[in-house]
Amino acid sequence: MVGFCFLSCEEDGIQTNSYSTYTPIPLPLEIPQLFADNILPPIIPINNPQTVEGVALGRKLFFDPILSADNKQACADCHSPENAFTDSDRFSEGIDGLTGNRNSMPLFNMAWNYDENFFWDGRTFSLEKQALEPVRDPIEMHNTWPNAMLSIQNHADYPTLFLEAFGTSTIDSTLITKALAQFERTLISANSRFDKHLLGQGTLTTSELNGFNIFMDETKGDCFHCHGNANNPLWTDNDFHNNGLDAIVTDIGLGKFTGDPADNGKFKSPSLRNLKFTAPYMHDGRFATLDEVINHYSEGLLNSPTIDPLMKAVNEGGVQLSITDKADLKAFLLSLSDDEFITNPAFQNPN
Amino acid sequence: MKIIKTILFLSLILFVTSCNDDDDKLTNGNITLNFTHNWDGQSISSSEFNTTNLTNANGEIISISKLRHLISNINLVKSNGDITSLSDYVLIDVTNNVTSIEIKDVPLDTYSNMIFTFGFNEEDNIDGEYLDLNSTSWNWPLMLGGGYHFMQFEGKYGATGIENPFAYHMGTARVDIGVFEQNFFEVTLDGFSLTDNTKIEIKMNIAEWFKNPFTWDLKVLNSNLMPNYDAQKMMNQNGKSVFSLGEIIQ
Repeated sequence: MVGFCFLSCEEDGIQTNSYSTYTPIPLPLEIPQLFADNILPPIIPINNPQTVEGVALGRKLFFDPILSADNKQACADCHSPENAFTDSDRFSEGIDGLTGNRNSMPLFNMAWNYDENFFWDGRTFSLEKQALEPVRDPIEMHNTWPNAMLSIQNHADYPTLFLEAFGTSTIDSTLITKALAQFERTLISANSRFDKHLLGQGTLTTSELNGFNIFMDETKGDCFHCHGNANNPLWTDNDFHNNGLDAIVTDIGLGKFTGDPADNGKFKSPSLRNLKFTAPYMHDGRFATLDEVINHYSEGLLNSPTIDPLMKAVNEGGVQLSITDKADLKAFLLSLSDDEFITNPAFQNPN
Repeated sequence: MKIIKTILFLSLILFVTSCNDDDDKLTNGNITLNFTHNWDGQSISSSEFNTTNLTNANGEIISISKLRHLISNINLVKSNGDITSLSDYVLIDVTNNVTSIEIKDVPLDTYSNMIFTFGFNEEDNIDGEYLDLNSTSWNWPLMLGGGYHFMQFEGKYGATGIENPFAYHMGTARVDIGVFEQNFFEVTLDGFSLTDNTKIEIKMNIAEWFKNPFTWDLKVLNSNLMPNYDAQKMMNQNGKSVFSLGEIIQ
């Protein structure tokens, strides 16, 4: 009897019960060679393995405005593929026309965020929990999770897709965020010109190579302590620092989450990959260009009680790079951009 | 973050040999190495970071914001010269409260010394070799000889409101462009007898980094110390007195 029932259901092509035996197909992350050779494996929650169906569902949801209260704003509206999944606007506009005070974060290589602290201020632990926030944030999608779940439950296609991905057509926020996280974990960027240089598959200009040396030189850029190196191709330490943006810190960042005044003014070091696509820069998008960013570290540092000691030249305003150094450093930084990442067909809107 | 080999193959061979030769009662057990930190006896942990003012040998008031250091080749040595290897390497991260390691299946015996390397020796200090250390950006620039940091010790010095940052980072010393000098050192501590679940305290007196034999002047040596050969060698000399054996709890 049971076997007949399942056979019948499969012939119908639609299953709506909550007890399917459908087994999603595993879809391990394609780990880039540079990552496999140099850094620890990605973090995949044991209760949310990557599957073909889960990733496809997450991708559909990511680009679907159904998660917002007015069905007009999708995740992708503030995390656009062409911008390496960030927003070209300094502050993204939510469904009510409101804006916050943080720049949308670019999304890639998130499975290698080993401490799993997400957002500029690290306020959520795990990618799945992170995905809960924008949906219910009043200045973003301004929805409620019960309402979002109901919208998706009543959709013509989603119950079947959840059944195929998770074995149940009963949809809740846990499964929605699991699907989103699965898709987000596939957003892997590791094919920049610098990556190819490290793999012996491409060459860099003299200016780019000089820029890398400035990046690695403690007496010049000294960028590597927070932003990785050739052996850490994430190009971030995924840690939090006060990098001397303000003399008086108003947005306290990590400090609000930890409650420790010593963390006031600290924000996550962003990866330096894909800077070509991710302007504006800093947690509040205050710098429109990469030149402004470099000038900040060169001459624009401001002291405050929690400034990171790695901002060692703060009392001189910065590390005082020459015009040539700045140009070379910029050339190197742009060599970390991955053109194929932003046009990867697997990362575009499927709807 | 840590990859800890509990017992190397060599150790197991020594254990078996020992049992067969002369001590049928010898068993193995688990031990814990606790790395504690103090400032001339005042206990220092991450909770003292940023807020506690300390005075160094040069009379400068400092506060600490980060302290990580690498210990490698931790060995126990018996009076007959036999060596039991406890761990290939461990990154002690005081900032994030990673300060102890548990080691299983250690021969419960009497050892005359504990010996370890501060940093990596030349053979082990291979650029990019250790994935866990790469993942936490512990690398030392190739232009300075490559491999890994031995220590990152950061903070601020000077009077409140007019502090200056310092970054006391140690690793391979660069003599000249393309010419490098090893900068690790070995630490030999007193011995002890092990029983199961013994806890061994290894103490670092942080103040010694500024004290002996060189009185460190932070007004002169506060940053850009990585490519500074003289500073690196002074760190090496001062580091040799920072460790001591602490409490053995059985």
